[in-house]
Amino acid sequence: MIPLSWYLILSAGLFSIGLFGVLTRRNAVAILLGVELMLNSVNVNLAAFWRYGDVNQMAGQVFAIVVFAVAAAEVAVGLALVISVYRKRNTVIADEIDLMKW
Amino acid sequence: MTAEQIIFLIVALVTLGSAFMVVTTRNLIHAAFWLVATLFGVAVVYALLNAGFLAVVQVVVYIGAIAILFIFAVMLTRKDARDQGPQTNKTWWIGALLAVGAFFGLVSLVLGWGGSSKAAAGIPSGFDAVGLLGEALTSPNAYVLPFEVASVLLLAALVGAVYVAFNRK
Repeated sequence: MIPLSWYLILSAGLFSIGLFGVLTRRNAVAILLGVELMLNSVNVNLAAFWRYGDVNQMAGQVFAIVVFAVAAAEVAVGLALVISVYRKRNTVIADEIDLMKW
Repeated sequence: MTAEQIIFLIVALVTLGSAFMVVTTRNLIHAAFWLVATLFGVAVVYALLNAGFLAVVQVVVYIGAIAILFIFAVMLTRKDARDQGPQTNKTWWIGALLAVGAFFGLVSLVLGWGGSSKAAAGIPSGFDAVGLLGEALTSPNAYVLPFEVASVLLLAALVGAVYVAFNRK
């Protein structure tokens, strides 16, 4: 049997790798890739707590599905913004998108 | 070690390794393909957790839609994908430090919590996870309101995405 902590540690590793990507990548598309990794690690946690708790309570899976929908919405808006910025300023490097930086 | 544990360890290693490649590869197209490998590994983890519906949704929505959207976005912004400059910013070591700190903080939290070593209870025979999930998503006594709010959010986000990316010329 797999202990619950293995899933939680896998999820922690995935979250930390995603955090590293979000904090360090210069390309805006790569930053969104890191956000996807973090959202996935949250979903692993939700599914694991559903399985190791009361399996008749579906809250874990329901919220995993809500996270799926939020992730799809986030990617759609994020990539639309990146493409719009690329059209106007011809760059997707986050350091160079500094119009609102004071 | 049981066969289940060995399968979990292999899947976890593949998932974490390809996730690491996602954040470190220079070529963004390759990063998007490594993301597909990571998402597939997470789908296998769902299958190991007896969450079959989530595994299928992961493959259909994440790999089928989101990863493909990423690949299109990389192709549409191709000039910078071939950029020869550094792919990480100047303060990357602070980010690495924060990520390692977050990892060890979370692991110590998990290991310090007493309930994390317990094994899962067996699934009762004839247990219909998909049926229960469908009832939970549509029953007014359960989660119909969050479900509808999520669908309205998705609709608003997609309309907004079309509006933002639309080329007015």
